[in-house]
Amino acid sequence: MTDWPILSTVTFLPTVGALLLLTIRGDDAAARRNIYWIALWTTIITFVISLLIWKDFDNTSAGFQFVEQAGWLGGSIRYSMGVDGISMLFVILTTFLMPACIIASKFSVQKRFREYMIAFLLLETLMIGVFCATDLVLFYVFFEAGLIPMFLIIGIWGGPRRVYAAFKFFLYTLAGSVLMLLAIMAMYWQAGTTDIPTLLNHQFPASMQTWLWLAFFASFAVKMPMWPVHTWLPDAHVEAPTAGSVILAGVLLKMGGYGFLRFSLPMFPLASADFAPFIYTLSVVAIIYTSLVALMQEDMKKLIAYSSVAHMGYVTMGIFTMNPQGVEGAIFQMLSHGIVASALFLCVGVIYDRMHTREISAYGGLVNRMPFYAAVFLLFTMANVGLPGTSAFVGEFLTLLGAFRSNTWVAFFATTGVILSASYALWLYRRVMLGPLDKPALMSIFDLSRRELTILVPLVVLTIFFGVYPTPIFHVTSASVDNLITNYQAALSAAGKLAVAAK
Amino acid sequence: MYSAIVFLPLIGAIIAGVIALSGSYRAAMVGAPAEGSDAGHHDHAALAHDDHGHDAHAHDDHGHGHDDHAPAAPGSRPAEIITTGFLFISAILAWIAFLTVTAPSGEPVFVNVLPWVTSGTLSFNWAFRIDTLTSVMLILVTTVSSLVHLYSWAYMAHDEHRPRFFAYLSLFTFAMLMLVTSDNLVQMFFGWEGVGLASYLLIGFWFKRPSANAAAIKAFVVNRVGDFGFALGIFGIFVLFNSVDFQTIFANAGGAVGTKLHFLSWDFDALTTVCLLLFVGAMGKSAQFLLHTWLPDAMEGPTPVSALIHAATMVTAGVFMVARMSPLFGLSETALTVVTFFGATTCFFAATIGLVQNDIKRVIAYSTCSQLGYMFVGLGTGAFATGIFHLLTHGFFKALLFLCAGSVIHAVSGEQDMRKMGGLRKHLPITYWAMIAGTLAITGFPFTAGYFSKDAIIEAAYVAENPLAGYAWFLTVAAALLTSFYSWRLIFMTFHGKPRASEEVMAHVHESPKSMTIPLIVLSLGALFAGMIFENRFIGEGYAEFWKSALFTNPDNHVLHAMHEMSEWVKLAPTLMMVIGFALTYWFYIRSPEVPKRLAEEQPLLYRFLLNKWYFDELYDFLFVRPAKWLGRFLWKKGDGWLIDGFGPDGISARVVDVTKRVVRLETGYVYHYAFAMLIGVSALVTWMMFAR
Repeated sequence: MTDWPILSTVTFLPTVGALLLLTIRGDDAAARRNIYWIALWTTIITFVISLLIWKDFDNTSAGFQFVEQAGWLGGSIRYSMGVDGISMLFVILTTFLMPACIIASKFSVQKRFREYMIAFLLLETLMIGVFCATDLVLFYVFFEAGLIPMFLIIGIWGGPRRVYAAFKFFLYTLAGSVLMLLAIMAMYWQAGTTDIPTLLNHQFPASMQTWLWLAFFASFAVKMPMWPVHTWLPDAHVEAPTAGSVILAGVLLKMGGYGFLRFSLPMFPLASADFAPFIYTLSVVAIIYTSLVALMQEDMKKLIAYSSVAHMGYVTMGIFTMNPQGVEGAIFQMLSHGIVASALFLCVGVIYDRMHTREISAYGGLVNRMPFYAAVFLLFTMANVGLPGTSAFVGEFLTLLGAFRSNTWVAFFATTGVILSASYALWLYRRVMLGPLDKPALMSIFDLSRRELTILVPLVVLTIFFGVYPTPIFHVTSASVDNLITNYQAALSAAGKLAVAAK
Repeated sequence: MYSAIVFLPLIGAIIAGVIALSGSYRAAMVGAPAEGSDAGHHDHAALAHDDHGHDAHAHDDHGHGHDDHAPAAPGSRPAEIITTGFLFISAILAWIAFLTVTAPSGEPVFVNVLPWVTSGTLSFNWAFRIDTLTSVMLILVTTVSSLVHLYSWAYMAHDEHRPRFFAYLSLFTFAMLMLVTSDNLVQMFFGWEGVGLASYLLIGFWFKRPSANAAAIKAFVVNRVGDFGFALGIFGIFVLFNSVDFQTIFANAGGAVGTKLHFLSWDFDALTTVCLLLFVGAMGKSAQFLLHTWLPDAMEGPTPVSALIHAATMVTAGVFMVARMSPLFGLSETALTVVTFFGATTCFFAATIGLVQNDIKRVIAYSTCSQLGYMFVGLGTGAFATGIFHLLTHGFFKALLFLCAGSVIHAVSGEQDMRKMGGLRKHLPITYWAMIAGTLAITGFPFTAGYFSKDAIIEAAYVAENPLAGYAWFLTVAAALLTSFYSWRLIFMTFHGKPRASEEVMAHVHESPKSMTIPLIVLSLGALFAGMIFENRFIGEGYAEFWKSALFTNPDNHVLHAMHEMSEWVKLAPTLMMVIGFALTYWFYIRSPEVPKRLAEEQPLLYRFLLNKWYFDELYDFLFVRPAKWLGRFLWKKGDGWLIDGFGPDGISARVVDVTKRVVRLETGYVYHYAFAMLIGVSALVTWMMFAR
């Protein structure tokens, strides 16, 4: 264990980078270069340091590690940080994706380059903060503040309908958050603390749990996003710049799932058990409904956005199965989706940078001119489909297995997703990549540049690596997940509810 | 050694893949501008030079007489040598493994490679299990695959993407080997989907053809329908046995008899439920009735691919899986009956379609489908060995038939329509005789491979005690007649009679080069003698010693025994059918060639029904494809657009805007309006102050 505050370092290092950027003046090529390199090095160093967390992480412990405490607002609301097996890997995922985002934006962002990078670095701080915070109020601050840079990224650097998309994104998320804030206040009055580890062991009265659960659900369901509050996501993705989409799909969507695991299940177990069928229904509807919608999309980003909603359906389903396979599968699915969906958005970005359109019909036969790109895109398409050997399979398989153990109808309908995902993903691939290359505009398109390879190849490697050897991730998550499930079962049996034996 | 068998093809695939990718990448990047220099990718249209090559020819695009071939990809030859070399080594090792494991003193071998997933009580590894069943598959897969690799040297010689082709072939072989060597269901699923991927890639190998791309997607998606069942089956087994390892499952199978599994809203018999779910997977992969539609379309791929994947190996994975799960299937009478039903139906149904097809590869494709039906009938009788025996012999003679067809197509410049062939016997002697060997084997000519294995299945169906055994026996015997008919029809239309191809094509016709004929000869030997050599071990006296515990036989099942004690005339039935089929074909296509035409005209409905494959494609398009698309569009436009957004964010913001507008209307901009309003306000205030006190 390190004795310096590593979590705070990782969290606030990007802010330091952002402050450094403030000192740079001018908008000429030299300034752009400086901005780019400062931002890139900041994120890389942050990533490297964050790896130390994984290195020193104690897999056998279920509790919070690297704990930091400091006084903040009054006596009871404190600045406290810590990670456990559920949250630690999300920190790594965030720091891992950031350099890719910076590199991806090198040429595609034309205006206000410095402000763009500052927004991204601040966003990184806030995202890491969400996963590290072990105080409710601190969590809420990070959670909500993260909206602002994202709102700006979509609203300033987005596409033609960016303002509509930014407001839709903002209003949707804010609507959910307001309820969560009320719930947090109620929890504070009831339990007398906002310290998450304490709250995890606090038992809220059953009637109160229902309301608190619903309030948190409102916020997390929007973030996930779950059907039917998902419609902001396709718009946000379509309008966001490539790197914005990467962060949105890679990290921001995971906050909902993380929230369910961190708050809803352990703090309101009774309500969670009551609402599980409700979540199942929404998840299954999401999987089938959005897969069908994805089938008919004409915009590549929109298609991938809808497929993200479907994949998040597996996550919510897995979380509420409350057995080890379902929950670990859900965490794995989130991490894997963070890699795969990010990669897919980066892939779309590659051709968007070249042709400035995302219309599927504007492409066709790209494999003729872009063989390497076609191979990479194929791999991620297959990962999106959940082909065994890619990381996506492990998550999907485990969540479905977990669902089967808990409710076979849910598993039955959710498994139809494997058919639908194959349909939309392969059809997309065919329309964009295969066939003769006969559109004149595409004749002079070039394959991936070295910079693009630098971004995509690590993602390729990780997708396959974690598909073949996911054990390192299970090592991290298993203790915390077991603990979560044991406590959940204990709470249910204490309340006299029939608990399914968890093995 | 066992790891080498499996991983050598993977290494080959990776090397060939790297060659293919680096070569094409370098070609594609010629003249690429420095990035970020400007947005001017469009100034380089003149450099778009290498996007010709394979155009959308209607048929196998490799024949002679084209001179527009693009230069071969760099490193084509090394890629071929490496992949083929590795496969031959793998094949030799596989034969050694086969002899070791199946020797009387041999034992099943278990190899642990790497942990894969551990979650709660669920835990499975990357691991190999090599027993007799696996080793049979090993020799089949590696032998056919190495021969197909060799064959492709010449067959694909004019293709510009050879490294990619060989990478895919080796990748397929790797996935197939993972499938058959797996020691748990999930790794099997990995191989299962892996071969699906390879099949997708190879069907769509000529990616410029829309039909090939469509066929590739269809193959993958239809297989996914099967995988849907397979996955649910795996989940069910885990719930039942708390494990996905074969070892544990088989050890506890007996204890699961009679238990119930709560599936959907009902309590079903546990074993039957999981077996049927698994069988859905097998139906998809093995193109059984209802999920067969992808297989004929898969013929869009290059012919060696059809031989390897869509005849000899991948499509038999379903059969293998059922045999592998024999300890479960053997305990469920219902499941076996269902297997028998689908096998028999497919066997007959596919044969009827095969009668009237004119594309040489499609005839063989339907024949494959039909033969797979036979295998399932064999499994369904509970005498699993008969199905596996036919799987092995079929692998040899069907690969042979496909490669011969490839040789013919190669000779006639890529033509696949048999109506444009004929009279090729003199020009292609080796191909002709090899194809005769294959045909004899498939029709069950005495003492060829098919005679032993196919007739064994028909006999097993006759003596089996399952409720649909009679149905199966009747259909398999009838299918034997049809098999004989369509097989000989193919021979007669292709090799006999007068040449119907154009002069120009006939001038080019020539026997294929050695790298193609050698595989034909080797496989011919297999087609003729494999039955004789293996019969005793597979289904005869040597059964116990050969199989050991690899296949399960229900103690109540006496099919194998009874087969040897049945009356002689029943045994002769399939042979008789073969003779009738041959005679009919001879009459139809050699003696009086006008008969089939007249028959088709007299029975237009039946003919069109068969020619259009019982209209399954149209039916599925109507039932599934269109509704899915319609529903997708409906949910998108109406569900998301009208309902959720309309009443959600957009609706709310529209109301807000409405209200604001109304407020705005009050603001007219005229001072006296404001003054007047103010006056009213002031007077109201004063009035209130005066009277409220």
